[in-house]
Amino acid sequence: MSEAAHLEAHATGHDHAAHDHHTPTGWRRWVLSTNHKDIGIMYLVFSIVAGIVGGLLSGFMRMELQEPGIQIFHGLASMVYGISDPSGSIDAGKQMFNVFTTAHALIMVFFMVMPATMGGFANYFAPLMVGAPDTAFPRINNIAFWLLPVAFILLLMSLFFEGAPGSTGFGGGWTVYPPLSTAGHPGPAMDFAILSLHVAGVSSILGAINLITTILNMRAPGMTIHKMPLFAWSVLVTGFLLLLALPVLAGAITMLLTDRNFGTTFFAPEGGGDPVLFQHLFWFFGHPEVYIMILPGFGIVSHIVSTFSRKPIFGYMAMAYAMVAIGFVGFVVWAHHMYTTGLSLDVQRYFVAATMVIAVPTGVKIFSWIATMWGGSITFRLPMLWAIGFIFLFTVGGVTGVVLANAGADRALHDTYYVVAHFHYVLSLGAVFSIFAGWYYWYPKMFGYMYNEFLGKLHFWTMFVGVNLIFFPQHFLGLAGMPRRYIDYPDAFTLWNRVSSIGYYVTFVAMLIFFYATWEASRKKRPAGDNPWGDGATTLEWTLSSPPPFHQFSTLPKIDSTNAH
Amino acid sequence: MVTGQFVRKLGAAATAMLALMPAFASAQEIGKGHPEPGQFHLQQSVTPIMDSIVAFHDGPLMWTITLIVLFVLALLIVIVLRFNAKANPVPARFTHNTLIEVVWTVLPIVVLIIIAIPSFGVLSDQLTTPDGERKYLGANIFSFGEVEVPAASVTVKASGEQWYWNYEYVDEGVAFDSNILGSAVDSYHQTIKPNQPRLLAVDNELIVPVDTTVRMQVTSSPSGVIHAFAVPSFGIKIDAVPGRLNETWFNSRETGLFYGQCSELCGKDHAFMPIAVRVVTAEEYQAFITAFKESRDYASAVAVLPAIQ
Repeated sequence: MSEAAHLEAHATGHDHAAHDHHTPTGWRRWVLSTNHKDIGIMYLVFSIVAGIVGGLLSGFMRMELQEPGIQIFHGLASMVYGISDPSGSIDAGKQMFNVFTTAHALIMVFFMVMPATMGGFANYFAPLMVGAPDTAFPRINNIAFWLLPVAFILLLMSLFFEGAPGSTGFGGGWTVYPPLSTAGHPGPAMDFAILSLHVAGVSSILGAINLITTILNMRAPGMTIHKMPLFAWSVLVTGFLLLLALPVLAGAITMLLTDRNFGTTFFAPEGGGDPVLFQHLFWFFGHPEVYIMILPGFGIVSHIVSTFSRKPIFGYMAMAYAMVAIGFVGFVVWAHHMYTTGLSLDVQRYFVAATMVIAVPTGVKIFSWIATMWGGSITFRLPMLWAIGFIFLFTVGGVTGVVLANAGADRALHDTYYVVAHFHYVLSLGAVFSIFAGWYYWYPKMFGYMYNEFLGKLHFWTMFVGVNLIFFPQHFLGLAGMPRRYIDYPDAFTLWNRVSSIGYYVTFVAMLIFFYATWEASRKKRPAGDNPWGDGATTLEWTLSSPPPFHQFSTLPKIDSTNAH
Repeated sequence: MVTGQFVRKLGAAATAMLALMPAFASAQEIGKGHPEPGQFHLQQSVTPIMDSIVAFHDGPLMWTITLIVLFVLALLIVIVLRFNAKANPVPARFTHNTLIEVVWTVLPIVVLIIIAIPSFGVLSDQLTTPDGERKYLGANIFSFGEVEVPAASVTVKASGEQWYWNYEYVDEGVAFDSNILGSAVDSYHQTIKPNQPRLLAVDNELIVPVDTTVRMQVTSSPSGVIHAFAVPSFGIKIDAVPGRLNETWFNSRETGLFYGQCSELCGKDHAFMPIAVRVVTAEEYQAFITAFKESRDYASAVAVLPAIQ
């Protein structure tokens, strides 16, 4: 090879590499992605897929509970297992209902809400909002995402392995309490579920480390931590919650694994263990987990409320530190999930007091959102409807939380549908409304196109009516004493169960509208422009093109004192 | 001003609704010992403990949460009406108001303390088995205790099995199993016992005397799983944990049948292991327990009791 040819080859090779680095295409762009925005989109798509699965599972449950008696699960079981004997199919159906309940919860918590908020929105927008070119550890970001489908597949596989003798899947609830999750489910289904949670946990911990590092180290010049947008604050706090809570879950389920397979007796009384120990460990993770699910929503809603009121956020510092306080106190209230396990009077008194404290920072947030809107010049665009819907429904869910915080009242309501109504108001109506708020707020930024506002509003109103129909009557069921996780109920509970099931069908229609609206937007390709929301949208992502360039901020933006948060 | 009038009307409507709420609730048939169709209230109380739970829930808790929700809703409505872009084209720029921030931090704390006072009282009553001296709150949750409750004189040990309950009269040394009526879903409709609700009726009810403090010891079979023993009208719910002996108590002032259901997921037949407590007079209880100790056969012992209405 002549020297000239060699030089030329070298030059083109370089050129090529530079090109690859900037715009990988095809499957490489996604599968090998280290780009926070592409990974964010993958998280969102994953979340939607998991949401469809989790939502359909709850559909079967609501259809079953529409009438007293066993309606569909014996039929489902006989189809799946090929059982012809009627009483055998009814027994299998009862277990299958528990499996569906469990899978619905695990999927919605670990594979729908968390990937949407801490995966999708946090990955996509936290770096943009703090003025960073990408996340701190782009390759960790890639592996964090790709562990998630692996975990999801493990969980789905668990449904098809033997759990309790003679049936498949784990049906012991998302709380996986032993001994039901040890001696009660000897088959490998529970081991698959444990492995799935481990992998999902590793994914979340890696993601949390990446986001924390990005937010702490990669803020643009001038963006001090107290000028950082509230969504970045919420991601930072949530990241720390994940980092501190998930290892405890990993430890607890590892102990379950060794109890199941290697003869330890951490939770088995015959070997000196205690089933209640697991509950302490689980809820030490489980309670922060509920704030993990809702805090990013708090951040999203803060920006939307400010944008569409054309007014800066009221009480920024209080808003930020309310989230820190909620995160902190969230770690010391876990046993309010365990008031009926036989805790002593003093222990229950402590957890009552500690739990009620959380109402104070939560109240600060609600009132600060209202004060942000107060005096504003509000346009009721679609994201704002979802945000206002969130504020109201989260308030409803929050106040029933105050009721349940009181161990004295919880005695009557623990493990009833009142609890189901409460946590669906804060999650299914709270967290999910904030996710839709974020979706419609950032859709034009992420995809560059505008959706049909009318279809979006139709989605909002249908869903608002639907989810309230599902969950409000469940308060009544709980007060009247209907326990959770029941496939069949005394006939007196028929009315409100039926209303609740009708609510599911309305919500189902709402979801069809959502998918249609999304499809319509992708077909019509109405250009959104850099900032469709006007001068109220002040955070950095609106200074970029829609969608933003593959690598943004090649020159870091300078933040001065006037354009903070 | 249109908005002001609207808000005033809204306020009046809300007040009227609140005033009607107790009437609304009492107009409804509320189950005693079991739920009634369409019920949206706690079941009726027959014990001092449930009296205090009902008073606490219907009083401080319901008022607080209803007023908070209506307050937030009212603020949102005012915002929608007054601060939309048409009505208010130029947004204000304020971002702080120390006074109001202090108010909305301190006021909730005050409200929570007001809730906490009866809350701690109600809780302490539940977890303190009567010794005959201690006074209990009953319906008057803001008192220092005014209801006398005798010391426990009957002890029953309930053990959760998959999927039925075993009851032992600890001091008498006799025990029996209590299963749901019928063995398959279709036969839960069985009319062996007329007028008894499906999924709540059992073959052998737990028999206890009226106006007597019953100490309930609750556990689960050592090789079994966790269940929970609950009777809504008594205001009790406690987990049955393998390897642990939990304790609660009740003192029913009325005779009759009081149902509950297993309240901790325990596997396939979680929904099919109801709890039925039959409260009888002291004399009837004595006759029953004597016959039971003699025959060691629940069916023949229960035959000494009058038939269930």
